[in-house]
Amino acid sequence: MNSAEFLLWVRGTGLQIATVIFVFGIIVRFLEILSLGRKENLAEHRGSGVSQGIRTMFSRSIPIDKNTARRSMFTFLTGYVFHIGLFVVIFLLAPHISFFKSILGFAWPSISTPIVDFFAVLTMVSLLAVLYRRITHPVLKTLSTSQDYFVWLLTFIPVLTGYMSYHHLLLPYNWMLGTHILSVELMLIFFPFTKLTHAFTLFLARWYTGSLAGQKGVKS
Amino acid sequence: MSEASLEKGIQALKEQIDAPVAAFFSSCTHCGMCADACLFYTENKDPEFVPIHKVEPMRRIWEQEYTLVGRAKKLLGLSKKVTDEELQEWQHLVYDSCTLCGRCSMVCPVGNDISSMIRKMREGMAASGNAPPGLIGASTRSVEIGSPMGVRLPAVQAQIKHAVKETGLEYPMDRVGAEYLVLLSSMEIMNYPEYLQAIAKILHSAGKTWTLSSKAFEATNSGIQIGSSDIAAELVSRVVNAADELKVGTVISPECGHAYTAIRWDGPNLVGKKFGFKVQHILEVLDELRAAGLLKTEGMEDDKLTFHDPCQLVRKGGVIEQPRNLLKMIASDFVEMEDAGVMNWCCGAGGGVSANENADEIRLKAFDRKKKQLDGLGVDALVTACANCRIHLEDGLEDNEMDLPVLGLTEMLAEHLVKESDSSEEKANDISN
Repeated sequence: MNSAEFLLWVRGTGLQIATVIFVFGIIVRFLEILSLGRKENLAEHRGSGVSQGIRTMFSRSIPIDKNTARRSMFTFLTGYVFHIGLFVVIFLLAPHISFFKSILGFAWPSISTPIVDFFAVLTMVSLLAVLYRRITHPVLKTLSTSQDYFVWLLTFIPVLTGYMSYHHLLLPYNWMLGTHILSVELMLIFFPFTKLTHAFTLFLARWYTGSLAGQKGVKS
Repeated sequence: MSEASLEKGIQALKEQIDAPVAAFFSSCTHCGMCADACLFYTENKDPEFVPIHKVEPMRRIWEQEYTLVGRAKKLLGLSKKVTDEELQEWQHLVYDSCTLCGRCSMVCPVGNDISSMIRKMREGMAASGNAPPGLIGASTRSVEIGSPMGVRLPAVQAQIKHAVKETGLEYPMDRVGAEYLVLLSSMEIMNYPEYLQAIAKILHSAGKTWTLSSKAFEATNSGIQIGSSDIAAELVSRVVNAADELKVGTVISPECGHAYTAIRWDGPNLVGKKFGFKVQHILEVLDELRAAGLLKTEGMEDDKLTFHDPCQLVRKGGVIEQPRNLLKMIASDFVEMEDAGVMNWCCGAGGGVSANENADEIRLKAFDRKKKQLDGLGVDALVTACANCRIHLEDGLEDNEMDLPVLGLTEMLAEHLVKESDSSEEKANDISN
């Protein structure tokens, strides 16, 4: 297999396999969760579960309680940086937008590549900091499993290989770009079966917690 | 309790896993933020105390039973089974170092209600025989005697006799058709008898009818704390039966946090039907009386006061403004603690911790958090509205050699009630005007 064939495969068959597994996997995970059901709360409600449920779906993205933010400053800061960084890198880079356009049929404005490049570096620095903390902090050492490190790699490698493709580092461009796309496909394949699903299921989790709190008249 | 076994424990855990639990486990990223919200972790610094870790055995059961990958791994013999030894080891995490205070549930960035998961985890612990002896004792006494502290009706009657002498008021027992059914916590009967007298004075002056029940005077619910829905339902149904028989309009949950959660929020779900009466915490009743102009007070406390929010009232119950409205009536110098209200730190002894001797050491260490909140505030007294918080606050303050009285809000209000003769004069004036 030469570099052109490799690139063709990851852009064609590879991508199709990954997308199918990703989409079906996420659907299966949602069915697994929803099929377990939730009993109706028979206690007389004090407030609206629906409005608080919706509010909590968004409010947990913001550090509303200042003292909590201060106590968990590292987690907040690194968390924000790499999540925003990933968003910028994935959705606002011109070549990525043309890729999405080829699938979705529509596009949106990109931001200049050097800025995206800066965000890629920021994301990698933040991910490295998060990894360092996971290895050294007693609480995170207690919590961490091999999946946590595996998922870290699944997230980090696409950013790194994307950065290296753009800067023409290490491998010839076609090989590096192919590796980048392949690493994204691996991430997509494992996404539904690892904690990466939180990107979708957190809205369910926040909804459940928020709606129950709302029924009790608590702002959660 | 029925014979406990690992199988029963695992079965109980399976039954506890619903869509919210599955969504929570699916969403946890192991970020560790819940540790920073937990006073058992922040004060003891034991990394095992990170809240989400306390439900790890339940997480594995969820994964092995309710996910595709987990089931595949189980078939291939790749998954680690939950064992009795493991659950035994987890007792320290599930009971000793958790008061179900719910702070972790407030800060989790993906929105996991971790304390509700720990409550569910306790179902498996109790059914597998891994609950701490202190809580097994309290639950057994609750079922057999009617109170976790072994208080029987004659003890309540003795209290009433004493209260009649002190106040000259009537303390109705089993009066059909009263507006309010008043419940007590054992802690109040044993340690704070002034509470009952305060209620009698306030309801009398508000012109409300009330009663106690000889069949259900105890409000606390050990079933909730140990994690046995069967026991919890049995205890709730005693109150429900009494309230239905006496045809009361409202059941008043006393100055106790978990009692309120048990009867107000969990109660209807435990017995499987909506109640035909209202349930209110005493602070809600008092605030309603205030709003209706039926709670008339005179004089102000000059002491600098602060209020300790019981966890179950703020984070699990939505009773936040009421104590502040009431304190404004009688306190001229009221200050808030840092983190007061919905994010207030637990006293360290709720959720069954106070009934569990194994937790004595870490609960007193956890009290350092309360000490930090109080330090520098320079208050003369600490007010609260939970007898269990109160006794532990007194314990913690004594342990730290802090000389600070702890007061119950209902009693304070009763002390400031407009004297009977004054109010009748007022009424006479009202009529003549």
